[in-house]
Amino acid sequence: MGVTEIRERQFNEIDKKALEQIDLLIKNSGMPIMRDLKTNNLLWIDVRELTQRFMIPIGRIYKFFDQLSKGKIIGTKCPKCGSIYFPPQDDCTKCKVSGLDVIELSGEGELLTYTIITVKPVSFMHYQDYIVGIARLKEGINILAWVNEKPEDVKVGMKVKVNVVKREPEGYFTYELRKIQ
Amino acid sequence: MVDVAIVGTGHSKFGNRTDVNLQELAWEAVKQALEESNLDQKDIDMFVVGNAGGWSSEPLSAIVIGEYCNLAPKGTMRVEAACATGSAALRIAYQAIKAGDAKIAMVIGVEQMHQSPNPVAIEMMGRAGNYFWEFENFGLTFPGYYALYATRRMAKFGMKEEDLGQIAIKNHYYGSFNPYAMFQKQIKMDEYMKSRVVAYPLKVYDACPITDGAAAVILASEEVAKKITDSPVWIVSQGFKSGTANLSKRDDFISIDAARLAAEEAYKKARIDFENSWRYFDVAEVHDCFTIAEIMAYEDLGFAKRGEGHLLAREGQTYIGGRIPVNVDGGLKAKGHPIGATGVSMAVSITRQLLYRAHKGTQVDVKNGMGIAHNVGGTGHYAYVTIFSLKKPSA
Repeated sequence: MGVTEIRERQFNEIDKKALEQIDLLIKNSGMPIMRDLKTNNLLWIDVRELTQRFMIPIGRIYKFFDQLSKGKIIGTKCPKCGSIYFPPQDDCTKCKVSGLDVIELSGEGELLTYTIITVKPVSFMHYQDYIVGIARLKEGINILAWVNEKPEDVKVGMKVKVNVVKREPEGYFTYELRKIQ
Repeated sequence: MVDVAIVGTGHSKFGNRTDVNLQELAWEAVKQALEESNLDQKDIDMFVVGNAGGWSSEPLSAIVIGEYCNLAPKGTMRVEAACATGSAALRIAYQAIKAGDAKIAMVIGVEQMHQSPNPVAIEMMGRAGNYFWEFENFGLTFPGYYALYATRRMAKFGMKEEDLGQIAIKNHYYGSFNPYAMFQKQIKMDEYMKSRVVAYPLKVYDACPITDGAAAVILASEEVAKKITDSPVWIVSQGFKSGTANLSKRDDFISIDAARLAAEEAYKKARIDFENSWRYFDVAEVHDCFTIAEIMAYEDLGFAKRGEGHLLAREGQTYIGGRIPVNVDGGLKAKGHPIGATGVSMAVSITRQLLYRAHKGTQVDVKNGMGIAHNVGGTGHYAYVTIFSLKKPSA
């Protein structure tokens, strides 16, 4: 479907109604003022909307995304102290070394805990309810991701594997946890 | 170093405060604190505003509030430590007085979350973990973060949903006696069990509400405090620690490490034995943004052994008359959780408890003259533990 269409659909459902309401208020009373339905208190409805979309620098860990697009999950490892980092970072802030080594993660581990998100944030409303889990991998690091299984099949302590998938409907690469049969 | 006392407290009604704007809401608490201490704005050397911000329209909240409350041109800043913002603001004022930079300082905690529609507030809170690695792709919500702790505890220690329900029932029970509380209605176990799941295993009745509210305290140095009041409540110590931004970097999901470390720091300064900590306090305010958080707080503060926090709830040991009364003002669960005001509200509640000024039905027996506030920001991103006493710490 793509980000554009998803945004448009959400905009139509939420923002458009709000904007129409503001227009109606201004038309009726000359001001964007309404009464709170529950309390009857007077509220000024902001006419200046703020939308934010951040630009997040990822140049120093681009290798993670490069490998992800090839189906691999990597972490970074400090050549000096051996610390493994996930999420990956290019600085070992323990021994102050930069340019860490890349290691491919086994992706295998055990589910530590999980939850099923039923009340979703606005920007996730176009997804079905999703399970978020945290797994401890063999390397001793934890990874947080969606658990792509039926809720009744998910148990704390079960063996899981990290999978690279395309996040639909947007269609970009990300990773998920699956049960090892 | 100078001893520091609370000499005035103020507290607004918590709830859906669409009848006032942010600065009018702050004024309700500021006015009450000034009147209670019999001080005037000109007596205040500095004021600190605890306001996590983002949901209400004015970005420079400290300045808007300073102008409205007639506190300008006194020095100020807005302080943020997520849900522990109020305690962080308290810390700034406390340290300024301790260092001799101010003699009288005001702490104002305020939040008006309802200026943003609920879906936006849910979105903003979800983003407050590690945004890039844990929200952008996986969309955790705030109940979701705490649900991860609850699931782990149920699997590891055999905690039941009903144990969480006991926390909700207790806090709603006490909230029903608190005229400042957002919810003043008692609930029963079957209502709790039937309430809608928001992030399995947590339900609507496991979660604190989205709230508007304000609280204020006035702090003074020992020299000044003794002149203006015969009932100062002293700040004995405060411990503060931080945790990881990525929830996945936490260790075992049965404890809020930052809170336990903050408690150890505060106890060390106050010479309190961790294992028997509950024997020192008459009352505790703990951060029950979700019922599971209160269970973990029992253990992180040493009120119960690790893995036994839910048993303390099951046995009703945190009601008045039990081992230690906890959140007898209704807690965040029933009183409400206006992010920036919460830590200050806890200080107000403990102060009024120690002075026998709590609301009818919520007053504890004051035997030791000491109370404790445990205020966690994020899901253990920040932690502040503050100890209050009728006795001067250096005495």
